[in-house]
Amino acid sequence: MGMTMTQKILANSAGAGAVEPGQFIMADLDLVLGNDVTTPVAIEEFKKMGKAGVFDTKKVAIVPDHFTPNKDIKAAEQCRLIREFAHEMGIENYFEIGEMGIEHALIPEKGLVVAGDVVIGADSHTCTYGALGAFATGVGSTDMAAGMATGKAWFKVPEGIKFILTGRKQKWVSGKDIILHIIGMIGVDGALYKSMEYTGEGISELSMDDRFTIANMAIEAGAKNGIFEVDEKTIAYMEEYSTKQYEIFRADEDAQYSEVYEIDLGKIRPTVAFPHLPENTRTIDEVGDITIDQVVIGSCTNGRLEDLRIAASILKGRKVKKGVRTIIFPATQKIYLDALREGLIEIFIEAGAVVSTPTCGPCLGGHMGILAKGERAISTTNRNFIGRMGHKESEVYLASPAVAAASAITGKISSPEEVL
Amino acid sequence: MLKGKVHKYGDNVDTDVIIPARYLTTTDKKELASHCMADMDADFINRVVPGDIMVAGWNFGCGSSREHAPIAIKASGISCVIAKSFARIFYRNAINIGLPIMECREAAEDIECGDIVSVDMKEGIIINHTKEKEYRAVGFPDFMQKIIDADGLVGYTKKEM
Ligand code: SF4
Repeated sequence: MGMTMTQKILANSAGAGAVEPGQFIMADLDLVLGNDVTTPVAIEEFKKMGKAGVFDTKKVAIVPDHFTPNKDIKAAEQCRLIREFAHEMGIENYFEIGEMGIEHALIPEKGLVVAGDVVIGADSHTCTYGALGAFATGVGSTDMAAGMATGKAWFKVPEGIKFILTGRKQKWVSGKDIILHIIGMIGVDGALYKSMEYTGEGISELSMDDRFTIANMAIEAGAKNGIFEVDEKTIAYMEEYSTKQYEIFRADEDAQYSEVYEIDLGKIRPTVAFPHLPENTRTIDEVGDITIDQVVIGSCTNGRLEDLRIAASILKGRKVKKGVRTIIFPATQKIYLDALREGLIEIFIEAGAVVSTPTCGPCLGGHMGILAKGERAISTTNRNFIGRMGHKESEVYLASPAVAAASAITGKISSPEEVL
Repeated sequence: MLKGKVHKYGDNVDTDVIIPARYLTTTDKKELASHCMADMDADFINRVVPGDIMVAGWNFGCGSSREHAPIAIKASGISCVIAKSFARIFYRNAINIGLPIMECREAAEDIECGDIVSVDMKEGIIINHTKEKEYRAVGFPDFMQKIIDADGLVGYTKKEM
């Protein structure tokens, strides 16, 4: 029986000729990742395993990003713990403030993942790296610990869902609208235990940033991973950012998928997810009158350079509506610097927005922009669960950078077309 | 045999409501437990007694990979979570840390808040004493049973290493 992209990568990493959905395998890992929230728990479990060192000091990455720069003493203690651990273990890819960024924007930029890799991360959005044609999936802290100790992880081989993208997207539609549209269509458990595989001529017009955004939110559909077929853009990206050897896996002609969807990108409108689930989507034409208190542009979903460029193109020469707190957080130091050099940061500040240092910050209700009771935010992040950004009676609406920037100007959820 | 009173929730119970991110600056199990379900059912932690059972709908534990979620549930005294389905990272984490879970659509539908329920993990049988009914859960594959038998992934890894 033919295999999907994911199945082929897993078979390769398990040293097996072929694998079947439902089969349990032990895979060799190319990277094990953790952050300042999940690594402290992993360190405790790692110590219980009684191993003196990590399996490979080059293949473990630790990124303090959630509560950093440390928001309080407890966060500082957790970061101290992981810093000391990284040092003690000789972990090369520990990224301190000054060189860090939000892990899922940082790891590809540092060239640590390439096509064909198998990656686990103690963070659910590890699935982001599927944009590069890698198998990457989120796990918990104990899995991270076992991964650090042995360089292996167990997986149940998933079935796949195939998304054939066709057509050209409309102006102001980006990767975020595409993935929100898909989640709206299949639901927050629509891909439970499965991989979401993207193919079709439509992917060629998606930028790498669009693909990162789409792969990033595979978890919001319950998927194990999201993965894109490798093309020239992927190869160009890997050659620019990485020195690692990549390997391209394509699905067999006769690969079996549990579902196949054909999506015409030309039919997708800017899309917004209403509280409190990412599947509660409406097109911008259906949102109605929704006033907002805060706008957040950034995160591992939409804090990349292209996202900031789109936001700047809308905010340029305009002012955010008085009283609407607009917070922009570039995802990494490099993105921040590139945006600065391009003049985007100036545009944001002149428009009345604040620009934050790279951090997860408001995305998870950590710090740097928490919502009070009854407040409403439009955000380019990936989750709008109850209490996600602050008070349990606050609301988060998920959207693209274009819609978020337009909404900052009008003070209500708006299409860029209304503003320009 | 696990036995206790049921706390029942709906579909898509996410890890942000099980343990909000603002409390993730600690790894202390008791402290995590003290905030368990804070944003959905603030009184849960006052009502729960050791041995109680949590029952929910589809996609339990969706959202982030925080292991703090199953840790908080376990440390709160909950002896087993029964759901129609589990989000995959939560499922993995529960197996890895030794929080008993069971997938059973019929039981999750039928059982009500306050029912007294017992669970036989080995046989995959759930008994509702209040309603005098029995349900059969989806069994664990052999591989997972090995991790469960080793008291979680730490024990399993030590054995394999
Ligand atoms: S930006 Fe948000 S979703 Fe991304 S890793 Fe940070 S907390 Fe998680």
